Amino acid sequence: MEYHALHDAPFVFPNDAYPAWSIMIVLYPYITGMVAGAFVVSTMYHVFHREALRPVARLAVVTSLCLGACATLPLLLHLHQPQRALNVVATPSPSSAMAGFGFIYSFYMLVLLVDVWLLFRPAIVERAHSAPGPWKNVYRVLALGVLEITPRAAEIDRKLVHALSVIGIPAACILHGYVGFLFGAIKANPWWSTALMPVIFLTSAVVSGIAVLTLLYLLLCRSSRMEPDEECVRSLSRLLWMFLVLAVTFEFGDLLHVAYEREEEWHVIRELLVTKLRFSYLTLQVLIGALLPLLILPIPAFTRVASAAFRHSCTGVAAVLVLVQVAAMRWNVVVGGQLFSKSFRGFVDYPVTWFGREGLLAAAVVLAMPMLLLWGAMKLLPVWPPSPQSESGAKT
Amino acid sequence: MSFFDLPIVTSGPAVSGACASGGCATGGCASGGCSTARPDLKSETSRRDFLKTATTLTLGAMSLTLLPGAMAGDDAVPPASKPSGFPSHAKKPMYGFLIDTTKCTGAGKCLTACRVENGVPEGQARTWVERYVHFKDGRVEVDLVPEIGYAASGEPQPAAEDVLRAYFVPKLCNQCVDAPCNQVCPVHASIKSPEGIELVDTDRCIGCGYCVQACPYGIRYMNHETNVADKCNWCYHRVMRNEQPACVEACPTGARVFGRIDDPDSEISKRLATLPTSVLKQHLGTLPLTRYVGLTDEVT
Ligand code: SF4
Ligand code: SF4
Repeated sequence: MEYHALHDAPFVFPNDAYPAWSIMIVLYPYITGMVAGAFVVSTMYHVFHREALRPVARLAVVTSLCLGACATLPLLLHLHQPQRALNVVATPSPSSAMAGFGFIYSFYMLVLLVDVWLLFRPAIVERAHSAPGPWKNVYRVLALGVLEITPRAAEIDRKLVHALSVIGIPAACILHGYVGFLFGAIKANPWWSTALMPVIFLTSAVVSGIAVLTLLYLLLCRSSRMEPDEECVRSLSRLLWMFLVLAVTFEFGDLLHVAYEREEEWHVIRELLVTKLRFSYLTLQVLIGALLPLLILPIPAFTRVASAAFRHSCTGVAAVLVLVQVAAMRWNVVVGGQLFSKSFRGFVDYPVTWFGREGLLAAAVVLAMPMLLLWGAMKLLPVWPPSPQSESGAKT
Repeated sequence: MSFFDLPIVTSGPAVSGACASGGCATGGCASGGCSTARPDLKSETSRRDFLKTATTLTLGAMSLTLLPGAMAGDDAVPPASKPSGFPSHAKKPMYGFLIDTTKCTGAGKCLTACRVENGVPEGQARTWVERYVHFKDGRVEVDLVPEIGYAASGEPQPAAEDVLRAYFVPKLCNQCVDAPCNQVCPVHASIKSPEGIELVDTDRCIGCGYCVQACPYGIRYMNHETNVADKCNWCYHRVMRNEQPACVEACPTGARVFGRIDDPDSEISKRLATLPTSVLKQHLGTLPLTRYVGLTDEVT
């Protein structure tokens, strides 16, 4: 079948005039991506023992948990019948790619929750004894009533954390690879339908997770007048660079393949890229979001030029750009995929609104929620690593 | 000479402004329908059978149905008077839909009939009719037949001398045998009736819109008024009452033919046996039951 030049005779199927998926469906993979990515960073320390990442290892799991707690929020805001949301787990259809989300998400969150609890148990128990006033009770509840940790229990905890981190790696990969599959499996849409979609989503997820963690670390250090650990920032920069290279390879490799082979869908995709997505794809996703950080990151990652402060700034700027890149990528996939009609003869517009359940303000609230949660969690739990002496032999 | 005076030349047998097979003339037929296009429906289905089968399917697949309203979707309206007494294991009738583009004159009667019959909100459509105009300079332009007809719409029309040929293509649900919309629904809200007709269970739909994305034909939409997925269901409620779909009944030229494809004597079976037909986006493997006469490469 031949696709037709979209500008010659614009024609849109009547029901394609309104994109069915809104900015909330952009946020959903954006947030779950960060959940998976931040967790992967924590496993670099807890499973692969990259000592340089010790300063952010705990922050990583807590960030992942806070983001994860908000991951379903955009979905709920999007559903036209949110009161029936639990049908997805109560009466799931085995043939649906979407039906698995509830189970995969719940499993991952359970692993994460237990992981975080075990990781912070010594601190919680300690505070259950020493915290002032009513806080004592809060920590007692958090400790689930177990107010003592024997050395044997600490050892078991340590092994469990290791085991959960190991289990968490495939769980995080499945969680986000699966989100990619939701799009990749839609044969009706040539912009989505590719077997590489899960891999593309997964690598960009890891990239966004590292980026958000790096940025948080640098900002938190600055706000508490702490000097960021140089080796940690270097290590994060290297990871970010490496995964960005991978993400970019998959993202553009796939596109190149479609373009070079002049696959039948190329004519639609080309039109899409040079018209509707010109800014969000070519400028944001490619130039500013990918190319620039790929050039900047080697400075803090592989050199020791200038001052540490300068290199940290480079890392920070690159992290921001990468977060823009991933956001643009999610936008380009989700919204971009709905900007052409299935007639392949015309484009539609995505109406961006400020207000309402699926407006920009609601989106801003959704993005702010995990940060608020993190702020609360940081008040409650010590996210910075304990000094080596106080670790009582437990490597956490 | 205006566009309306043009002979409509199609890739199928040439027709001059109206029905070629001697069925009914454009003007001479009330919207009551074209009798040649109305095979008797010998429905052997009862509401009870449907419920039984569908519930068994659902329960079998799920082993648990925790939420109420299992099969009580709007689409599954019980037929008022049903022939009864058929054993439940009786073979279900198989229906098909044939669109003969060589007969469609873009009258637009089907559009109003569908909207009224199914309460389709303005701006959304269960069915529509596309007009393809091939110009002499090689351009092909496509637009939608307005519900009130071109003449009443007041839209400027292409000059007849610039036009090489033109034809109309009605669109509706293809009732895909391997329906992507059904496959992706996470909550069994997209269900296939025992007769093979794809329905929406509006009491179960969570309004995720995944089916809307998955339908390659742009047939599904999130109903602005009910906030659940909606689509053409070949007027299932009418079919269960032994009636023709509203659009078929309204079509003055017999361009839409509906009937049993498991009955060799039905009008649709006879036409399918003699006419070369094809389906939309065949390469996607959705196996549509809606078949077309006279599709061109231009039609997507
Ligand atoms: S045409 Fe679309 S809505 Fe109809 S059965 Fe096929 S996929 Fe489903
Ligand atoms: S919108 Fe309704 S019918 Fe469509 S996939 Fe979602 S739950 Fe199923």
